[in-house]
Parts: sequence; structure tokens; C-alpha cells
Amino acid sequence: MSLAVDVTGLNKSFGDKHVVQDLTIQLEQGRICGFLGPNGSGKTTTLRMLCGLLTPDSGSGTALGFDILKQADQIKRRTGYMTQRFSLYEDLTIAENLEFAARVHELDRRRERVDVALTRLGLEARRGQLAGTLSGGWKQRLALAAATLHEPKLLLLDEPTAGVDPKARRAFWDEIHALAAEGLTVMVSTHYMDEAERCHEIAYISYGRLMARGTAQQVIDGSGLITFRAEGPDADRLARELSGKPGVETAAAFGTALHVSGTDRAALEAAVKPYRREPWRWREVEPTLEDVFIHLMGASQDNFQ
Amino acid sequence: MMGFSGARVMAVLVKEFKQLARDRLTYAMMLAIPVVQLVLFGYAINAEPRHLPTALLVQEDSRYARSMVAALENSRFFDLTHQARSPAELDRLIRSGEVQFAITIPGDFSRRVARGDKPQILVEADATDPSATGGAVAALAALPSQALVHDLTGAMAARAGAPAPFEVVVHRRYNPEAVTSYNIVPGLLGIILSMTLVMLTALSVTRETERGTMETLLATPLEPFEVMTGKLAPYVGVGLVQTIVVLLLARFLFGVPMEGGWIGLILGLSLFIVGSLALGFLISTAARSQLQAMQMSFFYILPSMLLSGFMFPFRGMPVWAQWLGEIIPVTHFLRVVRGSLLKGQGLIDQWPSLAALTAFVLVVTALAMIRYRRTLD
Ligand SMILES: Nc1ncnc2c1ncn2[C@@H]1O[C@H](COP(=O)(O)OP(=O)(O)O)[C@@H](O)[C@H]1O
Ligand SMILES: [Mg+2]
Repeated sequence: MSLAVDVTGLNKSFGDKHVVQDLTIQLEQGRICGFLGPNGSGKTTTLRMLCGLLTPDSGSGTALGFDILKQADQIKRRTGYMTQRFSLYEDLTIAENLEFAARVHELDRRRERVDVALTRLGLEARRGQLAGTLSGGWKQRLALAAATLHEPKLLLLDEPTAGVDPKARRAFWDEIHALAAEGLTVMVSTHYMDEAERCHEIAYISYGRLMARGTAQQVIDGSGLITFRAEGPDADRLARELSGKPGVETAAAFGTALHVSGTDRAALEAAVKPYRREPWRWREVEPTLEDVFIHLMGASQDNFQ
Repeated sequence: MMGFSGARVMAVLVKEFKQLARDRLTYAMMLAIPVVQLVLFGYAINAEPRHLPTALLVQEDSRYARSMVAALENSRFFDLTHQARSPAELDRLIRSGEVQFAITIPGDFSRRVARGDKPQILVEADATDPSATGGAVAALAALPSQALVHDLTGAMAARAGAPAPFEVVVHRRYNPEAVTSYNIVPGLLGIILSMTLVMLTALSVTRETERGTMETLLATPLEPFEVMTGKLAPYVGVGLVQTIVVLLLARFLFGVPMEGGWIGLILGLSLFIVGSLALGFLISTAARSQLQAMQMSFFYILPSMLLSGFMFPFRGMPVWAQWLGEIIPVTHFLRVVRGSLLKGQGLIDQWPSLAALTAFVLVVTALAMIRYRRTLD
């Protein structure tokens, strides 16, 4: 399998802020990689470095086999990039935005391609509508259509579904999977756990450092995290009492249940012990991705200070 | 009940104040504009231009002629910068704009003074800008009765107190009736083009940055020069429409003469429009918001209005202001437009200004290309 993304030791600073630190990542062709991490952890910066919008301070690598430092123009031709905020022209119509994308990439059969894209979107009837008047979900689907019009080999999506309702999100993800099935490699940043689970693999980044990498299962297994789950009346209310106790890294309510996690089994057992009584029922469960991410976030914070 | 909260007002007020205080451009605007305005209005504007370049054609070298020259210089309105050797050369000097006045002392001047038959001295004034010549023309009126006072001795002394021994004939060229609008209206073309073209392009590019569409644009294979050309081309049309409107109004509303010089005019226009657009583009590479782009454009337009010879006669400005004015593209554009419309200048007369405009286009385009960022770094 050939690598669509293969970068080593990427660094980027803004002023004295080291935003991306020694980032090394590889991604096989045709895979969907979820890019996760708290706000400000460097996801957008990394995606921008991959498509030549930012120059790394140090590090090297390739995207689609082209040098990210020297062949940005080649990468740009073959990459679709959807920015974090909607950045099509709100004062152009839906069709005009697509036509602009087609022209910029010097595509042949422009009219036909735009029509196909519109049909695929289900927007033929509204082709003359201003893009600015679309709802959030439609805007994102239009942006995706514009970013893929030139049939790129690599698709970089920066929080494409932020603020989009579940139905539109599902439609969006169905499209991403369909594109990946055609051989497109996708790197998509997101904050949604369910979306993380829909990815073939995950990269978790915090404070500019890659903290975890692999499939969702590998990330969970690799975390070394132990999680206890309490159920029973008002179990979720225990969160406040338990958090901060020695050995407890996270204590979070999941509906009416409680998840308590830590890496030190003995300490965690000790912390939970006083509550192992009626009316609560405790059992050990596999940590969720969210447990792991919150754990990683805490770990990197310690790292950072 | 109406919702009004003093605390909320304070919150906004404090926030706005902090934002303002952190923006360096605020200080620039706050201090530079009053200073610039005071300096310009206070010093640069000289209602009565003196030391105007003057060419002299003396067809007779006599004592009287030399006294005449001395008297002219004493008036401080005239600087005898050129000695013409023929009427043709004199004509070229005034047409090209190198001199403001062309004075001819006829060959039989002394003889006719001696004979008492009031010879005439011909003063041709370039009245393209009437306010530049007004003071000097007034000063000429005093010349006949005073210039030769010390020369008319002995037998001639009798003439000294008598009516003036010669006449000065002032011939206003290019704008004989001293109609101010003839000068203002073509000048306005330069100002209107600068204002709209510089500002529009500066805004149109900055808007992309502000709205985030620049990021998408940069992620495409577009090259800087492609972005620039594509962005500016539509505005060339805007500039041409404005030009046509101004010229039509000039002709049919103000009756501004159109003497010719069309090739120079078209060349000058093309250069000036392209240069102004490129300047707007250059501004947009430095401005981070549309507001900043507006402010920077304003910084360019203000001196363009004041120092280009649009508002005040160029030669009425002190030397340092004239030097500044020479750097301003509008100055050269105004020379081309006025030269063409009012004087019917040819390319020979206009080439210095056209060369300056060419340099403007090249320098600004090069700077814009160097400054345009292909990345978001
Ligand atoms: N152009 C920039 N100039 C200065 N700081 C920046 C710039 N872009 C991003 N940053 C900073 O870098 C950090 C990482 O940003 P970003 O990559 O956008 O994170 P994410 O996308 O993961 O939320 C943030 O602290 C942000 O403030
Ligand atoms: Mg981001």
C-alpha cells in the first residue's frame, strides 16, 4: 500500500508559541483518518502544512508523493481542502461557486461537471440561490462538492460538521465514505466521538504533540486506562465527589451512569471503595474513546507544564 | 420596558477602547493626519506662487533689455531659467510646461523707447492653471513705469515721469479666459480614479482575507500574478467608464477644450489605471482588515489631492513639497491630462510624465508580487 501522507518531525511556531511539535504521521491511501484533539491543539495548523498553506519551521515529508516543502503546487492540484469556516463566496450562487472551483482547477467539461455535482447534491433546483443563504448543513455539503470537483486524491477536511445537525452529518459522512471507497484518502478533524468511530483510524493530538494513533480499538487498548462504571440512583451525581480524589483521572456522567477512570488500578480501587455499596452497582468496563481522550488531554497538560 | 443597562454599555465601551488602544494604526491616524493636514495647509499652500520658471527671448542686447531682465527678476515672480534663441524654442518651452512664462523683448526695443513710440513686450503665460499665473500677471502691470527709471537719464529723463515708455502685452495661452474649471475638471479625473480604483481593489482583496475565502483561494493552484490580474481586470473597466463619464461632462457641461494629444492621453490613462489598481493590491497585502485598507488608501489619497497640483498650483508649493509631489503618480497623470486636453501636447512634451507613470506601474506591481503571500505564514 502506498502512503498518501508521510511526514516526519514537523514543527511550527507562531511567535514563541510552539503549535505543532515533532509531528510524524503516515496515512495509507484510501483510508479515512480522524484527526482529534482539543481546541488550539494544532489540527488546523497541521492540515495547512500538509497542503502547502503553511511552511513548517522544520521537518520534511510528502503528500501524495510530492515534497510538502518544494512541491506545494503539485500537491494543491491534487488535494481538496475544506477550511474550518465556510469559505466559499456567500455573494455568489451555488452554481457560480462550483463554476469558480472548476475554473480554478482548469477542468474540462465544466458545465457537465457542475451539473453532475449539483445533481449529486440535490441542489439543481436551487442552483441560482446565493450560497450565503444556505443552512449550515447545506453549506458544508456545497463546500465538500467544491473541494472534490477536481477529483483530488487527498481530501483535508477541517471540522466539516461543526454545528451541523445529525441528519446532515450522516449524509456528509456517507459521502466521505463513498469517496474513500473510490480511493480517496481523507484526513478529517472533528470533535465528535461518533465521527471518530466512523473513521478507519484516529490520530489524537494535544498541545501540538501526537498522543495516540491507530484504530479506535488500538487507541483504547493502548491508553492503559482502567474504567469503572457505576449504575444506580443518582450515580451520575457522584462525579463531583469522586473527581480530584487520588487515582481518579476522570469522573464523568454518562446519562444516569458514571464512568471513573485512571491508570493506577490500586489507587482507583481505593478511591471507589467508599462508594461500593447500595444503591450503586459497580463493574469494570472498557473505556470509551471519550474517556481516553480526556485522559490524554490531562496527560499532555502535565507534559506541557 | 426598554432594556438598557449601563453596565453593558460600559462593557462594550471598555472593550472598544482596548481594541483601539492596541491598534497601532489608530495612533498613526490620530497623529499623522492632523500633522499632515496642518503642515500641508499651513505651509505648502502658497496662494501666490513666486519664482515661476520663465524663458526669455531677447532679440536685442541693449542696456534697456538688461534693465528689463533685472526688473523682472526683482519682482521675484519670475525666475529666468531659460534663454531661448528662437521663437520656436520659446514656444516649445511653454508648451511642454518647462516654463510658466515666455517673454519676448523685440529687436528694435531700445530704438523705439528712444523714439517714444511705446514698444511692446510680449509676455505669454501658461494659464492652464489660472491661479498659478494670476499674481505674476498683476505684477507685470507695474513693470513699464519702473523698469527703466534709472536708464532714462539726460535727454531721456523727461520721459521718466511721463506715461510709461513701453507696454507689456500679456497673452494667456491654453486657457485664455482663465476659467478655473478648465483646470479643475481634468484634474478631477486623476483624483476620482485614484480614490475609487485604489480603494476598491484594496477592499476587494482584503475582504477575501477577512471572510476566510483567501484560505480557499490559496489552497488552489492559483499563482499570485493570476490572482492579481484576475482581480484587477474588472476594475480596468470601472476606470474606463469613469474616464468616459468625466470627459463627457468636461466637454459638454464645462466646455473644457480638447486640443488633442490623444495618444499621450490614452497611454497615460492606461498606465495610471493599472498603476492605481496595483497600488490597491499592494495595500491589501499589508492591510489585515477592510477598515485598515480604507485607512491606508486614505493616506495615499490625501497627499495626492494636496500635493499633485490638483488643489493648489504645483509651482506655488515650496520646493520640498514639489519634490514630494514629483513622487506622487497623480502629479504626472495630471500633467498628461491637462497637457493633452488644454495644450494639445505631443508625446515629445509628455514623455517625462509618461516615463514616471511607467515607473510607478512597474515598481508597485513588483512590490505587490513580492509582498503577496502564497501561504498563510
Ligand atoms: N496564524 C497564526 N498566528 C498565530 N497563532 C496562530 C495562528 N494560527 C494558529 N495559531 C495558534 O496556534 C494554536 C493552534 O491552532 P490551530 O492549529 O488552529 O488549532 P486547532 O485547529 O487544533 O484548534 C492556537 O493556539 C492558535 O491560537
Ligand atoms: Mg482548527
